[in-house]
Amino acid sequence: MKEFEILEHTADIGIAAYGKTKKEVFINAAKGMFEIIAEENKTLKENFYDKIKLEADNLEGLLFAWLNELLYISETKLVILNKFEIKDLSDNRIDAEVKGMKINRLGCKMKREIKAVTYHRLEIKKDEESGLWRAQVIFDI
Amino acid sequence: MKESWDGPLNKIDEYRWEIPKTYNSGMRVPGLIYASSNLLEKIRQDQAPEQVANVAFLPGIVSRSLAMPDIHWGYGFPVGGVAATTLDDGVISPGGVGFDLNCGIRLLRTNLTLKEMKPKVELLVDELFRAIPSGVGSKGRIRISYNEIRDVLTRGSKWAVERGFGWEEDILFTEEEGCMKDANPDLVSKHAMERGKPQLGTLGSGNHFLEIQVIDKVYDPEVARELGLEEGQITVMIHCGSRGLGHQVCTDYLVTMQKAVTRYGIQLPDRQLACAPLFSPEGKNYYAAMACAANYAWANRQCIMHWTREVFAKVFRSTPEELGLKLIYDVAHNIAKIEEHDLKGKKIKLCVHRKGATRAFPPFHPDIPEKYRKIGQPVLIPGDMGRCSYCLVGTEKAMEETFGSTCHGAGRVMSRVKAKKEARGRDIQQELREKGIIVKAESRGTLVEEMSDAYKDVSEVVEVMHQTGISRKVVRMRPLGVIKG
Repeated sequence: MKEFEILEHTADIGIAAYGKTKKEVFINAAKGMFEIIAEENKTLKENFYDKIKLEADNLEGLLFAWLNELLYISETKLVILNKFEIKDLSDNRIDAEVKGMKINRLGCKMKREIKAVTYHRLEIKKDEESGLWRAQVIFDI
Repeated sequence: MKESWDGPLNKIDEYRWEIPKTYNSGMRVPGLIYASSNLLEKIRQDQAPEQVANVAFLPGIVSRSLAMPDIHWGYGFPVGGVAATTLDDGVISPGGVGFDLNCGIRLLRTNLTLKEMKPKVELLVDELFRAIPSGVGSKGRIRISYNEIRDVLTRGSKWAVERGFGWEEDILFTEEEGCMKDANPDLVSKHAMERGKPQLGTLGSGNHFLEIQVIDKVYDPEVARELGLEEGQITVMIHCGSRGLGHQVCTDYLVTMQKAVTRYGIQLPDRQLACAPLFSPEGKNYYAAMACAANYAWANRQCIMHWTREVFAKVFRSTPEELGLKLIYDVAHNIAKIEEHDLKGKKIKLCVHRKGATRAFPPFHPDIPEKYRKIGQPVLIPGDMGRCSYCLVGTEKAMEETFGSTCHGAGRVMSRVKAKKEARGRDIQQELREKGIIVKAESRGTLVEEMSDAYKDVSEVVEVMHQTGISRKVVRMRPLGVIKG
């Protein structure tokens, strides 16, 4: 199973993320988003840690909130996040811990700025045949 | 994910194409796309026309769901879309404004000629690149407190000028005089404030830029003279918006609007069109928060212009005043505004959404500066970094047909991923240098994604607006030096 793939859109970029579980698809969507922001990011040193608790009305709203919160942390704390641990996940609550690397302006490793996560073609569902979860998100670049 | 659109586009005349109301039963008004047949072919290559039809679902939409010739596929609204809704039974939609609230353009004139500029371009580009923070995650040079950012959000350009960033007269030459009055910072989230605070006075990345240009063609010498523009003259164009603050305001209110759609029983074909009645608390709150982000963007462009003036003064060992560095105008191209328009012979207040579209008010409109009363509002249309940009003026025709709106730029034709593939093995910076354009960018990735080939030809777009009489060409500018994020 691929973790995620990059989708093309005339003005912007999206991802399709996959997972055997709901937790896994949330994690892979986050990984995909940071691949767009920072490209190769598996070998970063870890010197940043944060806890996240979020609520939303439904699973799609929760995915929207999750990715937006990660963007907010990345932009305000100047960090690239690459480790995501989800402690608890329901259809309207997420409790997670995230790790990553602080970057300074000069040694900037960010390749691209994602302005926001959009609701455009936003989707998260389980494919009954394969049993795999798939999430689709388009970003505003 | 690329897919073409083969729905009905009925030809009205050479430049006007209608999507009939019958295309989809939820449409309240027809759609209308302004395009030449050549541009229409490109427009059909993605789902932008479907989005024009989707916008026609919005409650209270009047006349038509409009699309300018630079439209491309957006989210919810197409980029290049215009929609006007009534105040009593219409809605406001954050998707009709976009994430980069009050992304816009400003144009400065100078007394400099091409001959004087040529030997200095490289140095000027380097100095501007150093003075103006750009790129992903860039932080500004301005340190402001939480209280002061509230002031920025309430007062926009006025805050900047009082802080010493610019001249009193700059305010007069800014759309809305650089400040929307209904702004209320209490309705902007802490997240948005935190994103915006360190980024004030930054260009950002993506398609945002600062460009040194030369006027290489004059179409209307009389109007050009009134604007203080002539052939061979150097101009500076600045393109940027409200940075993380605006992105967060849009994100926050998209969530609010998802709930409002259920609450008010609004039927929509796309969730990114989420909206609320203009008179509802959700609608009013969004308008007040959007106004804050718009004001932030005007302050942002004002600061960047101020540093540009400083750099010019340093490089040319002169003063901004002596160099004639006056602001021609500043326009917003991602915004929603309450304006008075004629509808079936009656004057009525409407909420005009301009998502990737520019206001283009005619001569004698009360909302344009006294100095431009006779010629109409200057309209600033940037092209890609390898071709050219335009200054146009608004017309009465725009008031009749497009709620005083026109195009905003070239519009993409190639996705960023595709641009990257096409540019493999090419040195875009060197290619531009050979054309006499010095480009400096924070990242190579931006240069590749923003190359000319990824955009429509802005001249084709502008020609449609000129031929239909929606706006009139005044001058064309060619880039000499470009700073990108």
